[in-house]
Amino acid sequence: MGSCMKLYEYEGKEIARKYGIETPRGILATSVEDVDKAYRELNTGTVVLKSQVLVGGRGLAGGVKKASNLEEALTKARELFSMSIKGERVEKILVEEAVCISRELYVSLTVDRATRKLVYLASGMGGVEIEELARKHPDKILRIPVDPFIGYSGYMARHALGFLGLQWDKLGQLDNIMRAMYKIMMDYDAELVEFNPLAYTCDGRLTALDAKIIIDDNSLYRHPDLQPLYGRDATPYEKVAKQLDFNYVELDGDIGVISNGAGLTMATMDSILHYGGRPANFLDIGGGATRERVREAVKIVVTHPRVKAVLVNIFGGITRCDEVASGIVEALSETKVAKPIVVRMLGTNEEEGRRILIEHGITVYTEMDEAVLRIIQLVRGVG
Amino acid sequence: MGIIVDSRTRVLVQGITGREGGFHTKLMLEYGTKIVAGTSPGKGGTYVHGVPVYNSINEAIREQGTIDASIIFVPARFASDAVYEAVDNGVKTIVVITEGIPLHDELRFVNYARSRSVTLIGPNTPGIMTVGEAKLGIMPSHVFKPGRIGIVSRSGTLTYEVARELIKQGYGVSTVLGLGGDPVTGLDFIDVFKMFSKDDSTDAVVLIGEIGGDAEERFARFYSQYDGRKPVVAYIAGRTAPPGKRMGHAGAIISMGIGDYASKRSSLEEAGIPVADTPSQIHQLLSKILV
Repeated sequence: MGSCMKLYEYEGKEIARKYGIETPRGILATSVEDVDKAYRELNTGTVVLKSQVLVGGRGLAGGVKKASNLEEALTKARELFSMSIKGERVEKILVEEAVCISRELYVSLTVDRATRKLVYLASGMGGVEIEELARKHPDKILRIPVDPFIGYSGYMARHALGFLGLQWDKLGQLDNIMRAMYKIMMDYDAELVEFNPLAYTCDGRLTALDAKIIIDDNSLYRHPDLQPLYGRDATPYEKVAKQLDFNYVELDGDIGVISNGAGLTMATMDSILHYGGRPANFLDIGGGATRERVREAVKIVVTHPRVKAVLVNIFGGITRCDEVASGIVEALSETKVAKPIVVRMLGTNEEEGRRILIEHGITVYTEMDEAVLRIIQLVRGVG
Repeated sequence: MGIIVDSRTRVLVQGITGREGGFHTKLMLEYGTKIVAGTSPGKGGTYVHGVPVYNSINEAIREQGTIDASIIFVPARFASDAVYEAVDNGVKTIVVITEGIPLHDELRFVNYARSRSVTLIGPNTPGIMTVGEAKLGIMPSHVFKPGRIGIVSRSGTLTYEVARELIKQGYGVSTVLGLGGDPVTGLDFIDVFKMFSKDDSTDAVVLIGEIGGDAEERFARFYSQYDGRKPVVAYIAGRTAPPGKRMGHAGAIISMGIGDYASKRSSLEEAGIPVADTPSQIHQLLSKILV
C-alpha cells in the first residue's frame, strides 16, 4: 500500500503511558478554545504547542512552538491551525507542559532487514532525525540485535545505559522503557517504536518527549481497533484507490502510470524519467486484472488534474488483454476525458485486445520502450 | 542443472485445494514439475488434477515417501503454521507464495527455517523455476527459454519483462528465482549468487533489485571481495520512488535513510557490476561482459 500505518504523536504517547513510559503532561486540542482550556488546566508557566501531523520534518517546518503565557499560546495556536505542513493541514495540536531538559537521547526498536532480527537503536545524540544521525555520526548509534524467539533481555538496558552515558541509578527506568518498547512492538504488531528525543530531565527522570509508532499493515486483520486508522495520510485520490485495493502513490509529474506488479510499475515510471518525462503516479493493479478493475484504475488516473496523458503497461501471464482493452475503453467513455492514452500489453487474447483498442483510436505497443517514448511525445504535444 | 530444484525434485503443494493452489498446480504439472502430494486440512482423500490430497504433511510422507520441497499457497493468517509444519517434517526447500503475511510472523519463521538449514524462498515471491525442468511458482513459463543466465529478483512481472528482453536477444535462463517483495525474506542476493556461482550451467547472473532495505548494497560489498567471479549485471527499480511511501511491495520503502536508488546503484557500480537504466538495456550490458 502507498500509505504507512503511522500513528500520531499523541496516540503513540497514549500507548507509551499505558505501558508505564513517562511522557510530559499534555492535552489534545482541536480548536483555539481547546488550547485555552488546556493551558488553564495544565496550570504551568511555559507550554509547547505541537501540531499533530503524519508527515516528517514537523519541527523544521515550524510546526512546534513554545508559549510562556495564555495570550501567546492562543496566538501561536491560531498560527498553527492555519498552517499546512508539506500539504497536510494542522487540525490537532498537542498542548504539553514544557520540560526542563538536561540531555536529549534517542531510542528505538525496529526490524533489521539485513540480519532478520529486531534491533534496538540508541544514541546520546537525540533530537536529530535518525537519518541524519546515521549519515553524520554512525559511530554514535548503538545497535543491539534482538532474537525474535527470545525478545528483550535485561542486559540490553545495561548495555545501552553505559553507551548513553547514564548513571547506574537510572538502570531501572531505562529497563522499564526498553522492556515496554518490546511489549508495544509485539502487542501492536509494530514496525517501529521510536522515542526521539527521550529526555533526561533536569530532575533526573527519563521522559518521552516525542513518540513515533508505525504499525505493520499486513497484521491489521488481528487488530480490528486499529483498522479505522489505516490510510489517514492518503490524498483523496489515494483514498479512492485504497477502497478499490489498488497500490497507488501520487508523484508530481504529468504522465499517469498504470501497470501490473510493483516492480514493473516502478520500472515503467523510471523509464519515463529516463527518456525525459515525469511520472504522475504509481498505480499497480496486480495480477489477473478484470475489465472492472482496469476501468476503475484508468478512471482514477485519467481524472487527476495533474495528469496530461496516461501510459498503461500490462505484462500479462494470465491477464487477458481483451479485458484490459474493454476496461480502458469503458473508462474513457464514462469519464469523457480527452487525454492521450498509450497502451502496451502482452498476454492472453492479445489480438482481440489490440483490435478493441485500435477501433477506438488507441495505439497499442508490444515493446515497453516504444510505448514510453510515444507517451512522452504526446505530452510534449508532438505528433 | 540449475539451482535448488530440478526435474527430480519431489514436490508437495500446501493449500492445493484453494483457487490459486489448484490453478497453479495444474500449470506446474504441465511444466513437468514432479508434484507427488498436496495438503489441505479436512480435504484428505480427495484429488486435485490427479494429485492425492492429505490432511497433513506427515500423512503425505507416510503414503508417498520423501518430500524434497513444498510450495505454500495458504492465506496469510495460516502461512506461519504451514511453514512450521513443513520445516518440522524435514522438508528442506520451502517456497512461500503467500502475500500479506504479518512482519513479526515472517521474522520468526524465516529465522526458524534458517536455523534448521532449510532453504526458504519468499514470502511474497513468484517462486523458482529451473527452466525446462521444474517450476515451483506462478511465473508464466512461456516467457522463459533454457539457457545460461541465472536471474535473481525481488520482483514478479518485472522479472518476466527482463526475461522476455533477454530471450528476444537470444539468451536463455538456467534458473529464475524470486526473493520475495517483503522486508524480510528467507534468501538474499548473496545466498542465491553463491549457489549460481557453483552451478556449471550458469555463466552470468542478472540481479533485479528495487528500493528499500540494503540487500543490494550488502551484495555489492560481498561481490567486491569475492574471487572466482561470475559476471553480474543489475537493474534497480524505483529511481522515481519518493521516500517514506510503500511502492506496492511491503519491502519497497525508503525509510530511516536506507534504501534509496542512488545508494544501491553506486554501491553496485563501485563493485564492478554494471547497472542498466531500463530493462531493455540489460542484454547490451551482458553482451559486453560475456565475450
